[in-house]
Amino acid sequence: MTSLSSSLLLPIIVFLPLIAALVGFMSSRNTFQGQLNIGFAFVQFLIVVLMAILFLDEQSYQSAVYQIGTWGAPLGIDLVVDGFSILMIGLTGVLTLILTIYGAAYYADDPKSLRFWPLWWLLIAGLNALFVSGDAFNIYVCLEIIGLSAAALVALQSTRTSLEAALRYLLVGLLGSLFYLMAIAILYRSHGTLDLAQIAASSGNGLPDQVAMILITIGLLLKIALFPLHFWLPQAHANAPTPVSAILSALVVKASLYVLIKFWFEVLSGSTTFGASQVLGVLGGIAIVYGSWKAFRAKQLKVLIAYSTVAQLGYIFLLFPLSEHAANTSSFSGSASQAAIYFIVAHACAKAAMFLSAGNLILSQGSGDIAQLKGIATREPVNVLIFTIAGVSLIGLPPSAGFIAKWLLLTTSIESGQWWWVLVVLSGGLLAAMYLFKILSLAFDNTLDDGAVQIQPKALSSKVLTSSALVLALITLALGFNAEFILNISHPPVGVSGI
Amino acid sequence: MSSALLYSITGLGLFAIGLLGIVLAGHVMRKILALNIMGIGIFMLLIAIAKQDGSFVDPVPHAMVLTGIVIAAAGTALALNLMVRLHRMSDPKQRKPK
Repeated sequence: MTSLSSSLLLPIIVFLPLIAALVGFMSSRNTFQGQLNIGFAFVQFLIVVLMAILFLDEQSYQSAVYQIGTWGAPLGIDLVVDGFSILMIGLTGVLTLILTIYGAAYYADDPKSLRFWPLWWLLIAGLNALFVSGDAFNIYVCLEIIGLSAAALVALQSTRTSLEAALRYLLVGLLGSLFYLMAIAILYRSHGTLDLAQIAASSGNGLPDQVAMILITIGLLLKIALFPLHFWLPQAHANAPTPVSAILSALVVKASLYVLIKFWFEVLSGSTTFGASQVLGVLGGIAIVYGSWKAFRAKQLKVLIAYSTVAQLGYIFLLFPLSEHAANTSSFSGSASQAAIYFIVAHACAKAAMFLSAGNLILSQGSGDIAQLKGIATREPVNVLIFTIAGVSLIGLPPSAGFIAKWLLLTTSIESGQWWWVLVVLSGGLLAAMYLFKILSLAFDNTLDDGAVQIQPKALSSKVLTSSALVLALITLALGFNAEFILNISHPPVGVSGI
Repeated sequence: MSSALLYSITGLGLFAIGLLGIVLAGHVMRKILALNIMGIGIFMLLIAIAKQDGSFVDPVPHAMVLTGIVIAAAGTALALNLMVRLHRMSDPKQRKPK
């Protein structure tokens, strides 16, 4: 009889969303549907909180392992949780709860809800399983579960543009996964195991490892949508239903990023080079400028936010060059990784809040055109406020999570002597201000315009839509005041002792 | 040349052909087929890896191939479904014969 430990909860957070998906798949449309799913999300949230408390309490930042069927690593599949993954699971748990509440209100009177809930929970199951997976092939399966359910969710709108976006999203996702699978085949041939810890222990600087690292990087960059592989993202994220847009930008791209960081800094760290990290940094820099420019030029509100995701992902890629400065080996424990982790959390909360408030504005205005948003601040003041708070965080102004994230990036750039990244970060903030103030100045513009198309504004069907977005915006603000909390969870463990 | 090596090279070749196909192909149907060819290339490589020692057959790559086939079938089904729905939506008058 062992005492309760965080590793025992690992299988539960994988199975709970799967059960929720099955229930959603089998149940017919009824009035309790919304409450039932909120219940599942709440139970998952509680388990995640319990797991985080147990992990921080007992493990002293050692990774916890659960051996499925007690088979053990080479034969069986291990579930592993370390500081970085507990943070990602926590983020998933919190965002799932809020987005599920939003989704229940969003789909309250919509027959599409019957198809929405099973796919939604499959996506969450894939995310949870990915963050606790300690097995290279298991990660491939999780990536595919995420990719297939995400593409199906984008297609849920059943409009021509959304179907086209979903199809492109699906094909790009499958292609990225195949690159990853090829790398796994090569790794298995040279290491004879699929367990990440065992691969890390025997990995070196050999040709097979380098080829595998290149294939993994290309495949995952396709899924993360780093410039110039971002071509599919704006349409997919903009044409999805609002709760799906939020989770795609907040969590799904971060899932692939999580895998890339794990391989780059832990599993195959011997195969990475300074040159390769600089290439990723430069691509990230271009993504910041290009994404911001396209966001500024966007005609549709959700397209603007989606391009903003392209730009914000660019910042996280500055992690790769910035973590190279300490010693010769790159590790994921320095200040650069702190900045990246903080950026992931800050962007997830701010972008989810922004997508939800934008979705509310679009519902209220009946149109996604930016030009139609004129003077909306008088009718939907709270949603414009939420949009503004999220925007403040994305620009990187205090007091917000985005400010801390950018501050960490700037100090790391200067510490590591790579001052040129400072210019990129600062100009990125300026560009973000440009496209966000464009929206805000329109929203507060009350002058009458004769040429404007007549629209019939309608009130939002439920207060839940606004209040769940508001909670996310408040979390974004709170994270700006409580940076230590996030950094304490993530900092000491990651990459210190291998995996 | 051992049969494992032959399978490996053929697998890599199919992967390359599929990759070329998905970049160059114009029609969605061809892209879906190209993805499947890429996948089959990887599966062949995995089967070759399973017998690289010659003495015994490693069952792990076989399990990976089986799982991979299931995933490929699901992905193909979803892609075909989306393609057919898009095709039905398009205006028959504007449809150009390929």
